[in-house]
Formats: sequence, C-alpha cells, structure tokens
Amino acid sequence: MIKFQMPNLGADMEAGTLVEWRKQPGELLHRGDIIADVETQKGLIEIEVFDEGTLEKFLVKEGEKVPVGTVLALINDGKAEVSESAVPEEEAAKPEIHPIEERPETPQKKTKKGERIKISPLARIIAEENHVDISLLKGTGPEGSIVKKDIEKAISEGVQQTQETQKKTDEVKEVSAKSAAPNANAMRMAVAAAMSKSNREIPHYYLEKRVDMSKAMDWVKEANKERPIQKRLLPVALLIKAVAKALDDVPDLNATWENGILRKNEINIGFVVSLRSGGIVVPAILQTDSKTVDEIMENLNDIIPRARAFKLKSSELSQSTFTITSIGEGGADKVFGLIYPPQVGIVGFGEISEQPFADEGMLGIRPVVDVTLAADHRATDGIIGSKFLASLNRHLQNPEEL
Amino acid sequence: MTEEEIKKTVFQLLQRIAPETDPASLMPEENIREALNIDSYDALQFIVSISEKLNVDIPEEDYGKTSNLKSLIAYLGKKLNG
Repeated sequence: MIKFQMPNLGADMEAGTLVEWRKQPGELLHRGDIIADVETQKGLIEIEVFDEGTLEKFLVKEGEKVPVGTVLALINDGKAEVSESAVPEEEAAKPEIHPIEERPETPQKKTKKGERIKISPLARIIAEENHVDISLLKGTGPEGSIVKKDIEKAISEGVQQTQETQKKTDEVKEVSAKSAAPNANAMRMAVAAAMSKSNREIPHYYLEKRVDMSKAMDWVKEANKERPIQKRLLPVALLIKAVAKALDDVPDLNATWENGILRKNEINIGFVVSLRSGGIVVPAILQTDSKTVDEIMENLNDIIPRARAFKLKSSELSQSTFTITSIGEGGADKVFGLIYPPQVGIVGFGEISEQPFADEGMLGIRPVVDVTLAADHRATDGIIGSKFLASLNRHLQNPEEL
Repeated sequence: MTEEEIKKTVFQLLQRIAPETDPASLMPEENIREALNIDSYDALQFIVSISEKLNVDIPEEDYGKTSNLKSLIAYLGKKLNG
C-alpha cells in the first residue's frame, strides 16, 4: 500500500486545499495521471501520481485544506507493507502532521423543505466567488447534485445573486477559484514567504562574469533565418541550455541543502516567469540537459503561457533543481537573484547589450551579457561557483555544440 | 488594407497580449514594449500573431521596425500593399 501525500509545490507552500478528486476508488492509476486538483497560493494545480496501482481510498475530502505531507489517499500496489509514495525527491519524508485548519465550512444551505443542497466543492467555490444563490439552482450531477456546469450555466443566465451569499464570500476570502488564478495578495504573500525564508536561512555568495555573446547571437540569427516565425528561437533558449551543460560539469550546484548537500540526478531548470498582475511563477523545464535548444524553445512556448494562465502541473512546480532569472531586452544590466530553497544556486542574466569588449589585444563592440551567480555558501565555496561561470562561458563560446 | 485597418488589427493583437492596457493611447513614436510593459517573450508572440493574422513574413532583421506604431504601420503597409 502506498500513501499518497499532499505534495510540496515549492518552498512557499505550507498547505493546499483539495478541490476535486479526478479519480475514483477502484480506478487503475498510471504514472503521470492527474489524480486531483489542489488549490495553492499559486493557483489551481493539477496533481500527478508517481506510482502504479489501484486507488484504494480517499483519506481527505474535497474542500479540505491540509498541510504538505498529509496522506491524501491510499494506493494499492499489491504489496502488503505500507510505503510512502514515490513523491519526487526527499519531499516525502515529512514528520507526521495533522490537519491544522479546515477551510471554513460554509454551513450546508437548507431548502425550504429542510433538505440539504447537494453540491460539489468545486461548484460551491465557483458559486461563492460569483455570488450565485445555489438554493435557486437545479443540479444535473449524480443524485441531482449541483456541479460546476450548473453554476457556469447559472452565471451565464444571470441567476439572481443574494446579499447573503455576498456576505459569505467575504468570510471565505482565501478561496479564490473562479478561474485558476489566485488573488494578487495571495501571490504576493507566497513570494514574500519564499524569499524571506531564502534571505533568512541561506548565506548567499555572489559572483559575476561578463560573457561575450557574439558567437551565440550570430548562431541564433543564422538559425532563425531557416525557421518559420513560429519556430524562431529567443537567445534565452540557448542560455538555458548552456546553464544545463555547465551544471552537468559542476554538479554541486544542481543540488539541494537540507542539513547537508544532496546532488540531484536530473537537471530540471526552473525559469522565472513574471506575471503582468504582479508576482512570479517558476515552472521547471524537465530534464533540460537532454533537450535540444529547439526543444527548450518549444517547452518555453508551451510553459510560459500556461504559467501565466496558472495551468501548471505539479511536476513542473515541484521538481526544479536550479533556477534561472533572465531580465530580457530593454531591462537592467545585471540581476542578483535570491535562491529558491532548498536549491543551492540561481543564475541571473541581465540584458544582452552592445559593450566595448577587449579580446586578444583588440577592443571591439560586441553583444555582452553580465551573468551573475548567487549560491549557497553552506553547500559550495566560491571556487565551485567560479568554475561554473567559467564553464557556462565556455559553452556559450561554442553555440553549435549546445 | 488601409492604414486604419492595419492600426485596428495591431491594437487588437496588443490588447490580447497586454489585456489591461489601452494600446490606443500609444503615441506614434513611443516604444510599444516599454509603454505597454511587454517582455521579450510576449514581444515575439506579438510578432508571430501579426504575421499570422495579416499573412506577412517578418524576418528577424526587421524586428527593429516593429518597435513603435509609426514604423510598424508603415512597415506593414509596405508589405501588404507593395
């Protein structure tokens, strides 16, 4: 039997609300299946399973808010002994935790006849968010229960909204889920929590290197000539690949620190995506080192719009092993990052701009990028960080080999 | 396609990328990306969407001509109307 737990989707996550079970007891589960939707400060996330087996039973009900590590369900893998789920990495090993807080349970509304209204938790959230009076609705779900579809229909038809439901939504402020987007304040608090933890606990050291980008930019320009507009590369795809290669050369930076350094087998680079409404999301490009530059660009084309729409999968939020933040065109020359715990390093790319650059006794004007590394001094020393930046530079001077 | 029609299309596409902004308030020579706070990734998506919507090829070396409304509309007008 496997315990399936509330996954940790980032250093800023302490708890999540189980919004909807997507599988039912008795169903066969395969690795990568979406088992549930969980609401976090970063929006509504699809949770994947990493085990094969039959869903035995649920231990947490829809609508419950539980801490990271809480056992959500049991999965029968045919073995008698109980094991922890193959939750990626060491996240699974969390001490025993009891539910701290349940979502303020909205009292089941009574109809005039005194019957309880049957409604799915997701539908209830959407109804509250939109101030829809559910007592006026007729459900079309199992046993006449009200489901998401009914609420959406009601909203489009403009069903009367009552004062009472308005009041209730104010009380249940933290539930935000009309769309998958969290409210701006929850997002701000999530960033605040993760970055405070980073700054409080991690002794950062900083290194910087100027990198001549002429060869890399020429390579991108040539590559883009042959490509239709939809397939064109941004220089950042090349930068990401070069970082993956440099991490392969200097594996101590592709690690976590939790009372000791733990090197990771996979290189999954988290890429900071800023949101127009404020805040950031850091989805991972899984197995960055084994992807080509084109595949990384395709991955960015897929993941950036999804990150902005809050439609990421749990693996994309929980499995990054290193982070890149890139300023892009028209921005600052340098960026010094804060490490995303429990990772041990973050690389920052400033704007690629034309600079005077001396090389082999000649001064020329070249495209240059200032690369910074912030690394955890508990895990590595400056010499390791310096090796990493030198390796990164070397790879960027040989773009055709990336 | 008239200049007005091109302008309308450009505004629609910008609005899609930066929904909370008002592209119509852009000055002709103002830098579009700076004014509407569009990052490198969205800028590429904007160019892709123009190219698809108006069925024009925009080679990378011409990206510079898309930086403000005046030059963008002149560039697209030339492409479309020969």
